[in-house]
Amino acid sequence: MMLLWIFLVLLIGGALAWLAQRGGRDWPRWVSLIVLVVDLVLVLMVWSENYEVASVASRGTWFAELDLPWIPMLGIRFHLGLDGLSLLLILLTIGLGIMAVAASWSEITDRVGFFHFNLLWTLAGTVGVFLALDLFLFFFFWELMLFPMYFLIAIWGHERRVYAAIKFFLFTQGSGLLMFVAILALVFINHQQTGATTFDYFALSGTELDASTEMLIMLGFFIAFAVKLPAVPLHTWLPDAHTEAPTAGSVILAGILLKTGAYGLLRFAVPLFPDAAMSFAPVAMALGVIGTLYGAVLAFAQDDMKRLVAYTSVSHLGFVLLGIYAWNELALQGAVVQMLAHGLSTGGLFILVGALQERLHTRDMRQMGGLWARMPRLSAIGMFFAIASLGLPGLGNFVGEFLILLGAFSRSAGFAIAGAVGLVASAIYALILVQRAFHGEPRGAAALPDFSVRHMTIMAVMIATLIWLGFYPQPVIDTFRPGLGNLHQLATGQAEAAR
Amino acid sequence: MNEGIVVAEMTADVPMQYGLLLAAVLFSLGVIGVLARRNIIFILMSIEIMLNAAGLAFIAAGARWAAADGQIMFILILALAAAEVSVGLALILQFYHRTVTVDADAASEMRG
Amino acid sequence: MLDLLALVPAFPLFGFAILFITAGTLPRRWIAAIGVGSVGISAILALIVAAGFLSAQQPYTQIVWRWMAIGGFNSAVGFYLDALSVVMMLVVTFVSFLIHLYSAEFMADDEGYSRYFAYMNLFVAAMLVLVLADNLLLLYLGWEGVGLCSYLLIGFWYRDPANGLAARKAFVVTRVGDTAMVIGLFVLFTHLGALEIQPLMQRAQESWPVGSGLAIAAAGLLLGGALGKSAQLPLQVWLPDAMAGPTPVSALIHAATMVTAGVYLIARTHVLYELAPPIHTAVAVIGALTLLLAAFSALNQTDLKRILAYSTISQIGYMFLALGVGAWAAAIFHFMTHAFFKALLFLAAGVVIQRLHEEHDIFRMGGLRRRLPLAFWSFLIGSASLAALPFIDAGFYSKDLILWETWNSGANGPWLWLAGIVGAFLTAIYIFRAVFVVFFGPVNIEPEGRTGFAIAVPLIVLSLLALAGGFVEIPEYLGGIPAFTELLSAVLPNPPSLTAPTASSALAGVLTGIAALLAMLGVAVAFVAFLDRPAFVTRLIESPVGVTLQRFWAAGWGFDWLYDRALTRPFVWLAQLNRSDIIDFFYAGVAWLSEAGWRLLSRSQTGLVRWYAAGVAFGSATLIILAVFA
Repeated sequence: MMLLWIFLVLLIGGALAWLAQRGGRDWPRWVSLIVLVVDLVLVLMVWSENYEVASVASRGTWFAELDLPWIPMLGIRFHLGLDGLSLLLILLTIGLGIMAVAASWSEITDRVGFFHFNLLWTLAGTVGVFLALDLFLFFFFWELMLFPMYFLIAIWGHERRVYAAIKFFLFTQGSGLLMFVAILALVFINHQQTGATTFDYFALSGTELDASTEMLIMLGFFIAFAVKLPAVPLHTWLPDAHTEAPTAGSVILAGILLKTGAYGLLRFAVPLFPDAAMSFAPVAMALGVIGTLYGAVLAFAQDDMKRLVAYTSVSHLGFVLLGIYAWNELALQGAVVQMLAHGLSTGGLFILVGALQERLHTRDMRQMGGLWARMPRLSAIGMFFAIASLGLPGLGNFVGEFLILLGAFSRSAGFAIAGAVGLVASAIYALILVQRAFHGEPRGAAALPDFSVRHMTIMAVMIATLIWLGFYPQPVIDTFRPGLGNLHQLATGQAEAAR
Repeated sequence: MNEGIVVAEMTADVPMQYGLLLAAVLFSLGVIGVLARRNIIFILMSIEIMLNAAGLAFIAAGARWAAADGQIMFILILALAAAEVSVGLALILQFYHRTVTVDADAASEMRG
Repeated sequence: MLDLLALVPAFPLFGFAILFITAGTLPRRWIAAIGVGSVGISAILALIVAAGFLSAQQPYTQIVWRWMAIGGFNSAVGFYLDALSVVMMLVVTFVSFLIHLYSAEFMADDEGYSRYFAYMNLFVAAMLVLVLADNLLLLYLGWEGVGLCSYLLIGFWYRDPANGLAARKAFVVTRVGDTAMVIGLFVLFTHLGALEIQPLMQRAQESWPVGSGLAIAAAGLLLGGALGKSAQLPLQVWLPDAMAGPTPVSALIHAATMVTAGVYLIARTHVLYELAPPIHTAVAVIGALTLLLAAFSALNQTDLKRILAYSTISQIGYMFLALGVGAWAAAIFHFMTHAFFKALLFLAAGVVIQRLHEEHDIFRMGGLRRRLPLAFWSFLIGSASLAALPFIDAGFYSKDLILWETWNSGANGPWLWLAGIVGAFLTAIYIFRAVFVVFFGPVNIEPEGRTGFAIAVPLIVLSLLALAGGFVEIPEYLGGIPAFTELLSAVLPNPPSLTAPTASSALAGVLTGIAALLAMLGVAVAFVAFLDRPAFVTRLIESPVGVTLQRFWAAGWGFDWLYDRALTRPFVWLAQLNRSDIIDFFYAGVAWLSEAGWRLLSRSQTGLVRWYAAGVAFGSATLIILAVFA
């Protein structure tokens, strides 16, 4: 039942936040904050209960499961399951959710209640995506997180918000429908073979498919997830959506929503179709490497600071794609660490850009420069996140990138070497960001308010977490290990035996 | 099979083909009127002509087979035409009030 | 005593943490106390640990915590102490302490005082992690950490975009090397299954035959990292520009410690180089080429700090030469003496530059001998040591050892020796050119201000070290007390003069004599050309060939020009060209097409009733015709 509560708290909290608007502007903010903290405590309880299990388990283990009938006529069940992978990503989701609420405390003044409703419902959808073990339920949650996000961008976004929101919607919705078709195809084929209509993850994983059908259905899933991830060349919605979204929207988009793409690949696209995925792997790895380099070069050329950060996501998630399709223990562990670290480092940068925009009313780096002299705290923190983003050892991103490349190297040396070139490229864009925004001669002597206590607290938490990930990632690695076992078992077709 | 022709010769002097031909000509005139005239009143009149052409065709056919159906249909069309004219004229009146013209093209507010 | 090892890097790290978190809110006196004190404590701890090591004479490993363990991959935050890392640790902590002390006064008026010490402390911590790491991944952490601090400190005065450019250049160029190195780590782990240095070297020796392709790849990739960090051909371009940072930074990072990390890395992984003879030879050749090219460039600089920067490149070239010929201990020996005399030269230069209001051009200085006696004597001692004037200074002993081992290193030895000896001659000329131009002749600018205690002490201590630091290794012809190489012999293999000597020890005296004579001749040439009869040099420089050559050498043999044209500009051009993402044009095209389709169809929605009627009429007619005739 705990699982249901983790999800329901957000859903109910969202509705409460909307209602709380009657009390005043601060009410929805406090309600959301409290709801998220409560949820965080719930998840941490689950984690601490299962931490021992996790660190000793070498094979697959589900920490918790919930299986209720939902639409029996079609064999659709409300089936949730939590393993290490889901747990870590839900932690990230709720953690970044708190950061997003705190970051938009002074930024959002219009329709505050509806804003927080959308925020919490997006988070609820995301948590659902990370928990769902029924393919129909998964698709339902996939859509649930999409619509509130659309409103977040379209209502509270910046100048070109409508364009960006529609683009975001079309890309994700279009690819989502493709995935739905693939799900249905899989269900029908399974029905023909077994005579039972089911959307259950484990049942469907046993479906026998001939090679070309398997490849087609796998591609349906892959494209949906690759759009979300995003993988080049399906990434062009991302810079627009990230740039135009309000700060909280960007944090959630980059920090969490992109991870649902990676999660989908890990949980569905590869384990359900292991043979097709393996023959497709070189293509996917190539796309990952191309994304890494292409995103980095584009990030370097941007003038809009938020757009630069958005393209760094393309670059970082390229590593994740490479790691997932390298499909060995090192690379997968690396991909998970990279997801968490990217969520924090990019989230931090987006909050920073949001704060800058509140102060300077521009995101154009041509009009910045010399901010260090005017806002030393903000600039030092900006420098920290830029450095985290270029993968400095001792911070989370390095652990992720190093493990991914190390794992990928044993699978394919060529891709790993090409991916490593991305390390140079990331240094180029990260340092040009620091130079153009913080260094140089200050423009204008007018005093700017430096980071407040609220922002410093947000940033301190994120910095501490990144350093923790960089110097002691072992808890994360141990927690994911049984989840990794789950994926392997499914991919090798031993799922039923294991249960 | 020759029975039909016999009946026709017995009941009417005018062959059905003539009636149908006249109906077709009237209908065509009505269509051309609708398409070519810009005056909305003439368009309405042209529609009336088309309706009557259809009615004539029913009458002719009814006479040919000595069936009541044709005349029933004609009465229906008559009622329809009356209703149509009353609604149509009311619309035209409204239209004229608004635009002070009876040009049908002036009613276009689309910029497609 | 040995278990204090982990605290040696920990103290500077604490210092950094305190200074970073307080972010300049502390009083200056406290900042200096924390900044200098943390490194001072670390130096004392290093001494205690070193004493413990010398009494135990056993390599010591200390695992602090498990960093990451995944399947077969296991990496710890652990430190390893043997003779090599003891030497590195001592030199790093002591030179760092002296330079921190110097900085406390030198930077006293800077607005970023706290930031400066925070970065410097972080640097010392990272450098100590680098030299003490027991596995290559942790070494890489220190390696990148010092690179970051180098970046931060080169761009310390961030208001000038030129400093920022120099800092970025340093980081990106070294990162190119670092990336090669990290790929090297992938090769090593994938094929040998470990990254802990000691087991790794053992496994390499067991499973790779001499000259095997994997050994060559691994050694070559690690060499890439070393070339970047140590500013050797072809990645040397960043170091001269790195002089944009404060002078103590140049002394610490870009002369004494960080830039020699490559030398340490190669010495640490010497097993791989012995397994990869082509790469090993390449190290020597690169060293020889670099020391010559950089010496020519140093001869043509007018900026005092750039002279020293090229000199650093050139001296590290000697260390690479030593590594390349298998004289591992000699390379470390030269690292140590170089740390002393080059830090001394930079610190003395810092005094000169600061007292002359940030004047860098040596030709606008002059006659400072009597105005700045302390700076003069320190600079002179440093120069003598750099030029390896015989017997009285440390530089002579280390360079002499390198040249002797080079001669002994087989068939190519004499050629490499020739490069070394020509370099030594040039070294004497360029550094005494600076001495004569800056400190002799007429006074151009009157120095102002005074030099205090915190600047004087490091200068005096380093002067003593630059003179006496070489006596830990006295060559055979002077009695033969090879204490230094004996200490390192437990870690590093014997040099060629012991394993396969090609020259008699009698020749050693002759070769030393030649080197000593050439060094003194160099000083004499500098004296004649730049002080006594400058007219001759002026004429030489003003000839057409002279002008071209001087420009070419002063610009560092055109490497910057080449990289700018071949790499930087195409990259920037391409990036700018694709700014708005060419792939998005495809989707924009799809959107445009559907919009065009919409426009086309919306044409039919004219709102003209008669056209609609026509449509209905024609449509019905068509349908009827189809129904009747089809």
